[in-house]
Amino acid sequence: MNRYPTWGYALIGVAILVAFLYTLPNFYGESPSVQVSSAKATVKVDAALLARVEETLTKGAVPYSRIQVDPVGVKVRFADADTQLKASDLLKQVLNPERDNPSYAIALNLLPASPNWLSAIRATPMTLGLDLRGGVHFLLQVDMKEALKKRLENLTAEIRQQLRDKNIRHTGVTREGDSLRVRFSDAAMRAKARDAIAASIPDLTLAERDDGQGGMLIATIRAEALKSIQEAALKQNISTLNNRVNGLGVSEPVIQQQGADRIAVQLPGVQDPVAARDILGRTATLEVRLVDEEAMRTGNHAGTDVFPENRRDGVKLMIPVKRQVVITGDQFVGAAATFDQDQRPAVSVDLDQAGGKVMRQVTRENLKKQMAIILFEKGKGEAISVATIQGEFGSRFQITGNFSPVETTNLSLLIRSGALAAPMEIIEERTVGPSLGKENIERGFNATMWGFIAIVSFMSIYYVLFGVISSVALGLNLLFLIGLLSMLPTTLTLPGIAAIALTLGMAIDANVLINERIREELRGGATPQAAIHAGYERAWATIFDSNVTTFIVGASLLMVPGAVRGFAVVHCLGILTSIFSSVVVSRAMVNLVYGHRRKVTSLSIGNTAWK
Amino acid sequence: MEFFKIRRTIPFMRYALVFNVISLITFLAAVFFLATRGLHFSVEFTGGTLMEVSYQQAADVERVRQTLDKAGYKAEVQNFGGSRDVLIRLPVQKEVPGAKVSENVKALLQADDKGVEVRRVEFVGPQVGSELAEYGAVALLVTAVAIVFYLWLRFVNWRFGLAAIVANLHDVVIILGFFAYFQWEFSLSVLAGVLAVLGYSVNESVVVFDRVRENFKKMRRASVPEVIDAAITGVISRTIITHLCTQAIVTTMLIYGGSALHYFALALTIGICFGIYSSVLVASPLLVWLRVKREWFAPPQRKKPDEHEGAVV
Repeated sequence: MNRYPTWGYALIGVAILVAFLYTLPNFYGESPSVQVSSAKATVKVDAALLARVEETLTKGAVPYSRIQVDPVGVKVRFADADTQLKASDLLKQVLNPERDNPSYAIALNLLPASPNWLSAIRATPMTLGLDLRGGVHFLLQVDMKEALKKRLENLTAEIRQQLRDKNIRHTGVTREGDSLRVRFSDAAMRAKARDAIAASIPDLTLAERDDGQGGMLIATIRAEALKSIQEAALKQNISTLNNRVNGLGVSEPVIQQQGADRIAVQLPGVQDPVAARDILGRTATLEVRLVDEEAMRTGNHAGTDVFPENRRDGVKLMIPVKRQVVITGDQFVGAAATFDQDQRPAVSVDLDQAGGKVMRQVTRENLKKQMAIILFEKGKGEAISVATIQGEFGSRFQITGNFSPVETTNLSLLIRSGALAAPMEIIEERTVGPSLGKENIERGFNATMWGFIAIVSFMSIYYVLFGVISSVALGLNLLFLIGLLSMLPTTLTLPGIAAIALTLGMAIDANVLINERIREELRGGATPQAAIHAGYERAWATIFDSNVTTFIVGASLLMVPGAVRGFAVVHCLGILTSIFSSVVVSRAMVNLVYGHRRKVTSLSIGNTAWK
Repeated sequence: MEFFKIRRTIPFMRYALVFNVISLITFLAAVFFLATRGLHFSVEFTGGTLMEVSYQQAADVERVRQTLDKAGYKAEVQNFGGSRDVLIRLPVQKEVPGAKVSENVKALLQADDKGVEVRRVEFVGPQVGSELAEYGAVALLVTAVAIVFYLWLRFVNWRFGLAAIVANLHDVVIILGFFAYFQWEFSLSVLAGVLAVLGYSVNESVVVFDRVRENFKKMRRASVPEVIDAAITGVISRTIITHLCTQAIVTTMLIYGGSALHYFALALTIGICFGIYSSVLVASPLLVWLRVKREWFAPPQRKKPDEHEGAVV
């Protein structure tokens, strides 16, 4: 009656083994390490870099415990933090001789210290939240109105271009609020324009309105297009942030979308929120403008914007440019370092469709004139390239100047990472110092451990052997839960540790229910074997119901972001593991003890005879 | 070892009215304090800046307050944890972008005492805070509806769901009442704790209800209150032992968990104490009042004598 088939025991054994293996890395802890990754698109991370790092460390007599290379970078582990710092200084000196222009990002890091065979089965320690390891967390709100405004401005240019291409006369295109107005002097033109715009720009819905003069077309962006604009803006901002954070050399940064218009950024280990904020808030945008050659000749800069150009020969020139912006930064969709036909370093850039059309027209009309590319960083503009327009070109062209290959790489990176689709504002910031993180882990650990000890001692005294079995099941529950948390890509936070503790406190309920039920059956005169059987059977319905209701609560807590979600994830997982361990695993143990005996006269579950 | 040797069914239902009056009074008191004092929400809900700073030697809270006062900050400064740790709470400042505030304050404090270390900064914009409160309310609502629905499904009748949720929401209100009365800080983790308590006490009610259902099938000639009495008596030792175990772990959280888990553990403690009471002694009388019927679980069969009768207790 109380026997599991052999495969049943085997299955439980396998589950325990797997959970144990995946829990193991958490005990090895983490060793201080240095990560060398590429800071530039042209610098590759490969075996050669690995050899170079190895050689540098050996020459500098810095002992390391393990070195490896993966797509992210070369990772070297050290015995202690002092060696780690020494190594990082040495590597910085050797690998980045030019301090202002580093080729490699060298970051201090913590890597799991578990042996290779564990890493091979992808057993890694639990990911710790910022409240446990220290670091900075930002929540950024993307200003979608601004993104929309930019898009509308682009559309204005696009409509003008379309109408000009088709020779349709209009009396002006303006943006008013969330819509665009195109005015015409006669209705025939308006009808032609409507067809032309509808055919070429499907994102717009068009409506006609008469204003007494010649008529007007009112163009608004379609709801679907609106949504895709917002998504695109968010995506671009995320990729821009990614580029910026990568330059920071932070290990394992997390940048992800949160809701429709927010981005969460987590920088573990970063202690200086000011520096982090500076980097996130860095705005680099490009503009293409025509050089005002008249002003350049006469030296009269009235009516122009003047930007400095730092030429390679050390000469600093002031370049007057026209106020009208030909191309704005968000119209650059790609950039790469390359060489022109004369093998001079150049940057090849791609513009979006509207930008390409404008560029084609402007270059056609301004052959042999000078054009400037201006980089705005921290509110200051600098002409990074002033070149003569040699021919008509469109959405793809090269910027040549007096560049070195390194500079073209930098420049292309800046262009690519440069533009934010819409401004962002920090609406939440959290900084946790490393000492506090360590303390939090300790507190959570102590609370769980002492609570566990209290429950286990009570259960073992009160229910004797069945109590010991319940306690072992509870311990296995903890093992399963931690194994699961290590396997899944979840993050453990302090509320998560609280959830582990609470789960243990609540999981014991199932065993109390079972043990009480068995006692009751014994009291009712059932034989020991029948009592075990009936006890587990009858308690099961109750255990199931009560766990489902608890699970409902846990699942609905998942909706609340932040600390509550960290709690809820662990709580839900804990409910699942506790059903398994307190019902299935404890039953297996009871079966092993009693189920295979021929004759059982009494159960070791405490005194059940009431005299 | 055995704590409870209860030979006779305890007539809980005879005192149903007393229990309900006690609940009503505590409930009304909780509502009163919630209405008059309100909850002391943490910055996560209100928006603002929270800073945890640590000094080399015992911190002079008064001096920190004056330093900030002089600079025009309306800060709430208090000791917490040890004597060297200070918690500073600043409301949302309209003129300064939120993220800058902590920086300014840090500079101010460092100018006063070089040894100060900023251990934790939390800045929350006002819009995030109000959203969180909304999420919390929605989570509570969804939980309540889902639980009623599930219990309806499992117990054939909606009355079980209603009785459980009324009894346990009353727990939640009482916990909130405590937080309002003592003006303990209501943070996100406390919200998690409160909702966890809701699940925990519903769990408790379910255990009793399960036994009620079972007893309806077994005790064919007993009246409804008798059936419920027998059910409560049958599970009372389990109820107390389970709560002891859970409370043991919550107590260690109170002792070792530090400031971060303090109010969370406190919410759980209140929840566990009232959880026993309400899920057993409030939910069950509600069942009687809502007129539960034997026929829902056991179709009347008169021919066969019931062999199980009297088997319980």
